[in-house]
Amino acid sequence: MGSLADILRNAQPEPMNGEWISHAVDPDVWTDIAKFIAAGDADLTALWGYERCVRMAFMERTTTQYAIVSLDCPDRKFPSVALHHVPAQRLERTILDVYGLEAIGAQDRRPWQDHGTWKASSPGGDAAPAAALPPYEFLTAGGAPLHQIPVGPVHAGIIEPGHFRFTANGETVVRLEERLGYVHKGVEMLMRRKPLAQAAKVAARISGDSTVASSFAFARAIESACNAQAPPRAQILRGIMAEMERLANHFGDIGSICNDASFSIMQAHCHVLRERVLRASEQCFGHRLMMDRIVPGGLTVDLPQAGVDELHRLFGEIDREFPHLVDVYDTASSMQDRTVRTGIVSRNLVEQFAAGGVVGRASGRAFDARKSPGYAPYPDVFGNPVIRSAGDVDARVWVRIDEIARSMDMIRKWLETLPDGHVLESLNLSSHAGREGASLVEAFRGDLFCWIRLGTDGAVEHCHIRDASWFQWPLLEAAIEGNIVADFPLCNKSFNCSYSGHDL
Amino acid sequence: MRRLILQGLFRKALTETSPGPGDEMLDATGARLAELTQRKLGRSLAIREVDAGSCNGCELEIHALNNAFYDIERFGFRFVASPRHADVLMVTGPVTTNMREALERTYAATPSPKWVVALGDCGMNCGVFAGSYAVAGPVSAIIPVDVEIPGCPPTPLAIIEALVRLVESSAR
Repeated sequence: MGSLADILRNAQPEPMNGEWISHAVDPDVWTDIAKFIAAGDADLTALWGYERCVRMAFMERTTTQYAIVSLDCPDRKFPSVALHHVPAQRLERTILDVYGLEAIGAQDRRPWQDHGTWKASSPGGDAAPAAALPPYEFLTAGGAPLHQIPVGPVHAGIIEPGHFRFTANGETVVRLEERLGYVHKGVEMLMRRKPLAQAAKVAARISGDSTVASSFAFARAIESACNAQAPPRAQILRGIMAEMERLANHFGDIGSICNDASFSIMQAHCHVLRERVLRASEQCFGHRLMMDRIVPGGLTVDLPQAGVDELHRLFGEIDREFPHLVDVYDTASSMQDRTVRTGIVSRNLVEQFAAGGVVGRASGRAFDARKSPGYAPYPDVFGNPVIRSAGDVDARVWVRIDEIARSMDMIRKWLETLPDGHVLESLNLSSHAGREGASLVEAFRGDLFCWIRLGTDGAVEHCHIRDASWFQWPLLEAAIEGNIVADFPLCNKSFNCSYSGHDL
Repeated sequence: MRRLILQGLFRKALTETSPGPGDEMLDATGARLAELTQRKLGRSLAIREVDAGSCNGCELEIHALNNAFYDIERFGFRFVASPRHADVLMVTGPVTTNMREALERTYAATPSPKWVVALGDCGMNCGVFAGSYAVAGPVSAIIPVDVEIPGCPPTPLAIIEALVRLVESSAR
């Protein structure tokens, strides 16, 4: 089909800073790009609606060029991307639910986020009075011995709500279908035309476990639109916070995965390390989850010298304790029996879905936003992504183990070179009204995309945040196929997708 | 593995040795709580956690209640898998319209006497999500609430303190 440059040669470029280019396209070019992505020439990064317009972000593989295209749809219709590229399916269903923009040619027309309970239908479009929806039809699986197991939305543990419909043959799962959207809070409409500070607070609460990453992405998108940068010291401290968030979550996940195989001693010890990371985060940045610390322009807190000492002390302890836990995990055959060759995701699928984070890297997809596009403060310290190739639960545990060491190394390097200076720059939003900005940052569960458009008077006109879970949830359905029902918690925890980050 | 087990046998409990300003308070609160649950309820209290729309920040801190530092089970509180087994519903999040029915059903499935804790700023007043087309309201707009715990998210210690208040007030 040629290159991206060929496809876009007649398209109208729009101003955009940083690593992104942006073009307004017509329906034919839109479809060409969908086919370009479907052919494996580009990774789909995001697909979203805003007013009577749809936008698609993607990365050309040969050039690693990050691009956004926009298509006006005055009649509320646009050519389906999912028709060519299945991973776009749930995104298009969401666009129809929230913005009332219809993907022509789409195969799956069931609502996704709209469960028929909202105060209005297509609240981001016409906001018509809500109409009752027909019962949700799950996909079928045929055959005499098959039975269904419905689970959720309220689950047995302390976890977020979602519905899983298993079709099983005895113990073996034949099909899993997810039904999500239960925690849809209308985030995009809550951020629309809101003052910057208010929108930033919502962005920090897209998914609590990724609050640092969300705020980081939001801040970078705003700064990109204003062609501004956070002060050098703030950039390094942002990196430290993001890696502390990764450490806390990876410790928690490794422990919880083992616990789902009833290996509770690992959970007990890993969660001690997680708690120590959270306490250190509070000492360093004043909040256990570091919520609302990163803002457009820099940070709301600075790292005191006592915090630097605390981080060194914490890492000393992790260095002493964690290798023993890794050794226990690696040598306990009863544990290995549960994780090795369980819940395998193929390399082809992670490439097709451009699944980021641990899920992608455990199946051999060497993508990490810290490497590409790369952003401050990572280029000097990051190196290459950690990857494994087995694609099973065990590989996802090992990617986390290796990333823990990597995160501590980076923070130690940053602490050695931490510059002095202020941590917050004031931004002039109103002089950039109408400008757009985008960013991709690596949250603990994968690449997190943020796109914003500035409004007048320093307000955020629109914001779209796409959590890594969007392209990981569908792969969980694939991972569990052929496994036993009892291994689902193990597979699910090894993914640890966000419900809130997906449902928005 | 042997090292971990020996360490578990011979090392002091983390709850006693860990530094930090909160720990003395935690011990005092915990002792009060243990005494109250024993004296007034005569048994342990079973909690069913329901995420009715949270960002999952509150869930992270509720999880922390079970770690070796807070170890809430030693006070007689334990998290259970079914509302049928629960005395307390601990509800987080602004209640989304999509979760409203599930929350109502969970409440209905919990046997009386029962108490409801609305946890976090969102559970109390919808937090930053107030006013959305997809938010039905705070927890108290959907089911009766006995105790509210502010915070975004509340710290594990704040949650334990609030549970003390719940036991005190409900046993009156």
